[in-house]
Amino acid sequence: MTAVPSAGALPPLLEVAGLTAHHGQLRALDGVSLQVRAGDVYAIIGANGAGKSTLLRTIAGLHRPTAGSVRLDGEDVTGRRAERRLAAGIALVPEGRRLFPSLTVEENLLVGASYARPGPWSVERVYELFGWMRDRRRQPASQLSGGEQQAVALGRALVANPRVLLLDELSLGLAPVVVHRIYGMLPDLLSTGVTVLLVEQDVSQALRVASRIHCLLEGRTTLEGTPDGLTADSIEGAYFGLAAVPESAHEGLGVDPA
Amino acid sequence: MIWVNDIIQGILLGGLYALFACGLSLMFGVMKVINLAHGDLAVVAAYVALGVIALTHIPGVWSFVLVVPIMAVGGYFLQRTLIQASLERGTITTLLVTFGLSIVIETVLLQFLSANSHGIPDGSFGTASFSIGSQISIGWLDLIILVVAVTVLLVLQFYLSRSRNGRLIRAVADDREAAQLAGADYRHIFGIAAAIALGTVALAGVAYFGMYSQFDPTIGTGQLLLYAFEVVVIGGLGSLWGTLAGGIVLGVVQQIGAQIGGAAHPDYQFLAGQLVFLAVLVVLPQGLTGIRRTA
Repeated sequence: MTAVPSAGALPPLLEVAGLTAHHGQLRALDGVSLQVRAGDVYAIIGANGAGKSTLLRTIAGLHRPTAGSVRLDGEDVTGRRAERRLAAGIALVPEGRRLFPSLTVEENLLVGASYARPGPWSVERVYELFGWMRDRRRQPASQLSGGEQQAVALGRALVANPRVLLLDELSLGLAPVVVHRIYGMLPDLLSTGVTVLLVEQDVSQALRVASRIHCLLEGRTTLEGTPDGLTADSIEGAYFGLAAVPESAHEGLGVDPA
Repeated sequence: MIWVNDIIQGILLGGLYALFACGLSLMFGVMKVINLAHGDLAVVAAYVALGVIALTHIPGVWSFVLVVPIMAVGGYFLQRTLIQASLERGTITTLLVTFGLSIVIETVLLQFLSANSHGIPDGSFGTASFSIGSQISIGWLDLIILVVAVTVLLVLQFYLSRSRNGRLIRAVADDREAAQLAGADYRHIFGIAAAIALGTVALAGVAYFGMYSQFDPTIGTGQLLLYAFEVVVIGGLGSLWGTLAGGIVLGVVQQIGAQIGGAAHPDYQFLAGQLVFLAVLVVLPQGLTGIRRTA
């Protein structure tokens, strides 16, 4: 890779094309396409049941798509199982954190490092990022608070040295101050060269950190672009569908409908 | 002094029971598979030992050196094929499939190897013993088997808590999907756990049928499987030390039962074990060391 990178010419690091996935009869994803470039913080937003988590789980290989493809750096990984995608460089921090409850904090991180790619992240490096973690490394993961568990889940994915880090609802069930602190870590992660694709229900949070926004509604793409290029109205319309927006929904969306 | 002797003999037997049961406990803990063919697999190991002895002419007591790896490799493939396929069809299917496997094993053994009883020859070493006082006599081989059983449990405990693969086994037991996200192929990890389970059951089978009992195709389910369940329930699921405790309790209780029954009521040995098993189920359902899990 000696060529000077020019943003337009580089192939996307992660390319999802026409991805369709079902939960039984329900079509959870309907022909979703997106391109994540190296260094992006790419945010998927959308209401409950929009298909955000299904999208990440399908990219990570936990859910089998009915159509479409997932490519990492040009290589088709659609047919690979989740454990092989980690080796290719896709790591998912799943919704609800999913730590191994009977393992200690350190053992959780060591499991994450079991099949790691070479790279800057190590258990030691995670301890440097989260200072408290070293002192509590012998504690069972189940004894940690929600925010601490989220940090360990993040660390467990980082030590595998992924090229693309998928973050599913980091803020779920956490206090705003904790969410703020965890999202505050993003620049540290990006500086080590990891690319982030995240799902977030809290739109204002997504707008703060993302370099690109992608809105899903009932499994379909309703909006895609950079945060500066999108107006609050267009985001709101895409989030709820173009039909009449219920009055009460303005609150909690976090977008000032100015 | 007779009672002291019974307790000592019970402890000696208990280590073997624990070794026999730890594979059952491991497969349930990791894969959530209740392996109803567990006892038959010990019998298979005993027949494999006879084959190995006939082919290589190694002394019976050393046959485990070949039988254990053979059974472990067999366990890996059994897990990767039949049991994995049934796991993907739901928990109840694994119960039906291992039940079916148990029947198939018994029937095939009966068909091709007859219903005759066999023993694994253990030579003069099998009867060598030393005495403490006038009434307590301890067989060297019984003592060695206890030491080996406890050592195997120790090594297994260390392996599960310290090694990379042991850590992965516990991670997969906790959350299969999260382990996949960490790059672990849970099918392979399940295979490793099954290999350990069958390796330990093979070692226990060779020791038990060398020292304590004759074997025939039906003894696996008729006797051994029940013992293994009793050990696991008495000791508590998910703890190797519980398994050892359960094994020793069962061994001692059986010896005391045999003493009370004497020659007139040999069945008291089994009855005593089963009464204690039922009593533990009623009074202490989580077992001696088991943690009561909240779902």
